Amino acid sequence: MAGEQRKSREIVEAGLARRRRKEKLFRATGLVATAAGVIFLGVFFATLIVQGSSAFVQTFIELDVEMSEDLLAPDGELDLQYADFDGLVRNALRAEFPDVSGRSERRELYRLVSVGAGYQLREMLQADPSLVESTVTVWVPAASTVDMLVKGNIDPSIDESLRPISDAQVAWVESLQEAGRLATRFNRALFTNGDSREPELAGIKGALMGSFYMLVVTVALAFPIGVAAAIYLEEFAPKSRWSDLIEVNINNLAAVPSIVFGLLGLAVFINWMALPRSAPLVGGLVLSLLTLPVIIIASRAAIKSVPPSIREAALGLGASRMQVVFHHVLPLALPGMLTGTIIGMSRALGESAPLLMIGMVAFIVDVPGGFTDPATALPVQVYLWADSPERAFAERTSAAIIVLLGFLLIMNLAAVIIRKRMERKW
Amino acid sequence: MQNMTLILLLAAMASAAFYMGRRRSLAMVGGPAHGSLLHSLPGYYGYFTLIWCLLPALGIFLMWVMIEPKVIVALIVESLPDAKSSMSAGELNLLVNNIQNLAAGDAISGDMDAVMRDAANRYNEYIAASRKMMATLTLGIAGVGGAIALRRIRPEFRARNRVEQIVMYLLIAASSIAILTTIGIVLSVLFEAIRFFREVPLTEFLFGLNWSPQMAIRADQVGSSGSFGAVPLFAGTLLITTIAMVVAVPVGLMTAIYLAEYSSRRVRAIAKPLLEILAGIPTVVYGFFAALTVAPWIRTAGESIGLEVASESALAAGLVMGIMIIPLVSSLSDDAIHAVPSAMRDGALGLGSTRSETMVKVILPAALPGIVGGILLAVSRAIGETMIVVMAAGLAANLTANPFEAVTTVTVQIVTLLVGDQEFDSAKTLAAFALGLVLFVVTLCLNVIGLTFVRKYREQYE
Repeated sequence: MAGEQRKSREIVEAGLARRRRKEKLFRATGLVATAAGVIFLGVFFATLIVQGSSAFVQTFIELDVEMSEDLLAPDGELDLQYADFDGLVRNALRAEFPDVSGRSERRELYRLVSVGAGYQLREMLQADPSLVESTVTVWVPAASTVDMLVKGNIDPSIDESLRPISDAQVAWVESLQEAGRLATRFNRALFTNGDSREPELAGIKGALMGSFYMLVVTVALAFPIGVAAAIYLEEFAPKSRWSDLIEVNINNLAAVPSIVFGLLGLAVFINWMALPRSAPLVGGLVLSLLTLPVIIIASRAAIKSVPPSIREAALGLGASRMQVVFHHVLPLALPGMLTGTIIGMSRALGESAPLLMIGMVAFIVDVPGGFTDPATALPVQVYLWADSPERAFAERTSAAIIVLLGFLLIMNLAAVIIRKRMERKW
Repeated sequence: MQNMTLILLLAAMASAAFYMGRRRSLAMVGGPAHGSLLHSLPGYYGYFTLIWCLLPALGIFLMWVMIEPKVIVALIVESLPDAKSSMSAGELNLLVNNIQNLAAGDAISGDMDAVMRDAANRYNEYIAASRKMMATLTLGIAGVGGAIALRRIRPEFRARNRVEQIVMYLLIAASSIAILTTIGIVLSVLFEAIRFFREVPLTEFLFGLNWSPQMAIRADQVGSSGSFGAVPLFAGTLLITTIAMVVAVPVGLMTAIYLAEYSSRRVRAIAKPLLEILAGIPTVVYGFFAALTVAPWIRTAGESIGLEVASESALAAGLVMGIMIIPLVSSLSDDAIHAVPSAMRDGALGLGSTRSETMVKVILPAALPGIVGGILLAVSRAIGETMIVVMAAGLAANLTANPFEAVTTVTVQIVTLLVGDQEFDSAKTLAAFALGLVLFVVTLCLNVIGLTFVRKYREQYE
């Protein structure tokens, strides 16, 4: 007996070192796995910020523009729509570098400045027509190649044929820099312009407004319907096969790939109901179907957490079941419902696959002004810009992502705050 | 904007109806002092009138808005001269579009003639007339409905029960929308898919090895009849999903184990929300990261050890998708691990096993059904994921198991077939719906099985 005991003790002790090693290894693997996710998150945000932060500033060039009447109104009549503002910019550039001659050199020179410069002059003149025949000093946006050079994204030391900016242009930019006529400033265009083929003029306002209109439609539909469905299922539905079916259905819908909702939107809303393509209205309809399960599930959980004693007390005082729900249960469950709705909305804001199906990927310059104007959405804008080959669009994509993540962060923080401040423990 | 005015008018009428209904009920019993003579609280008479005023009018309004365009287009086509009304459907569509643009004062394609100008004028007239009729009808019905409700008010009238009945119907309608959505998905995908299978046999679609959905534009064009063998797409989807799961399952599972068993409370309080952030990042952002950061990185890394890597490799898309799914796997595994009764864990520890032995030999086997269910849900998520693969995986339908080559997936093809303007009845467009049907059926099966596993397992220990 004693021998046997010693024997098993020996076996255990012999294996102990190996088992402890295994234990340590297992624990280390767990730590590495956890760290991997967190490290990825860090790398991810670091690359985004490094790539995207430079898009919030933009290079501008100072020019002395002579608002010559000869150019603006050759036949004596000033028509703002057709006047040659680009000619003014070209003249100003020639005046800045008087020793540039030859057609191709001049054309290179003109390419330093964005095509947006002409629009800027037109707006100035529209606001103040008395500027004609005077010389004004303005800061106009530089072309995106100049912008990339100044921000250090183009290396001027590599061979000329390998970069989108010529030696002569580099020299001009340097001389402008020395004269203090070139500066980087906050990139307002990013927040006030719609999309554009020119990176230096492209902005996210159109996409932001499109997302905003869509979310309005989504909230207006998904919140009331979701809450009503949750109330019915939780408070009134008899335990029947029908309510079981609805329940299984909602759980499944929450896991259906979002692109399938896009197919539904294309077939039902656009082809069958003939609603306009690319409209925030249709996008909002699709997104509300997509977020409905999320809201229903959250709202049901919120209703469930209201203790039955509240209902019994109200019933005991003679309230009808409808009154119990609308006067007592609903107000108490509202914070949880709101939290669920905000989380659903943040999912809707980040969603892009179903929007591709209903034509919200079109290139749209105008900022949408209503629910049926053609529009795009912020995540879709990210997708569109990510596809553009210009280096300058890559930085803008990162900037748009930073803005998108900023909105998501605010929404999630709001959800957390609502939960923290209004949550009740029974 | 005219619709907006109409809705505001309706809202004004509805509030007036509420007020009048309430006042009439009180007037019948001789003022607020005798309110107890009424069957219901005075507000319910108000709500009753409001519902009668608003609901029928809103129904008419919505129906009108939905059928108006179709009716007007039909009327315009009817009124066209015979030569035009005998055109093919496509030409007619273009003509109607032009007429609409002309009516709105926009530029049109093609020539404009007197017939079209007439039609455009008539179009505008019809619209104006329809708007007028709609406004009159809606407001009229609102008025009549409100009046009927007002006349029915008596002190003994059971207003509360009526109102609650209607609210109940509304609640039921709201909860059926979930069912309607499913039916809508099934029908829309199924109908178009059936039309597709009429042109392309089901067996070719499911077992064909060649995918090139280009259709001939002209009948005499060579070599572009289009072939719709979807096996390369299924294989590509499978390849990327496998890569994603190879990343997500071990990392997610080990993360869940570490956080549940080893980490201090402080580490858990920091690491868990951080991982949840991963789950909240939009997929388009992951796609951007995969295409512009991970793919070039894999390419240079592969080249430095002499591997041929496509710039849109399956590996980049799969890796990033795996990272995206880590939080899903870890949170579902975490649930499963926590549901194992602590008596089992304590028993194993008490018998002298180490923590890792307890975990591997006792807790994980007990939690296995829950974990498997969670993994199935994660697979379904990976199969349906769209943006990462659209941006980082290619369009080339290669039949390969090499993760360094470019492959394409079901979702990528749905997007490429449907983005941009297409004829809606070409096989190319319909193919997207057939792929959608496959995607829906497969993910539905995975979800149902996964959810059943998770639920059954949870009940087992409750």
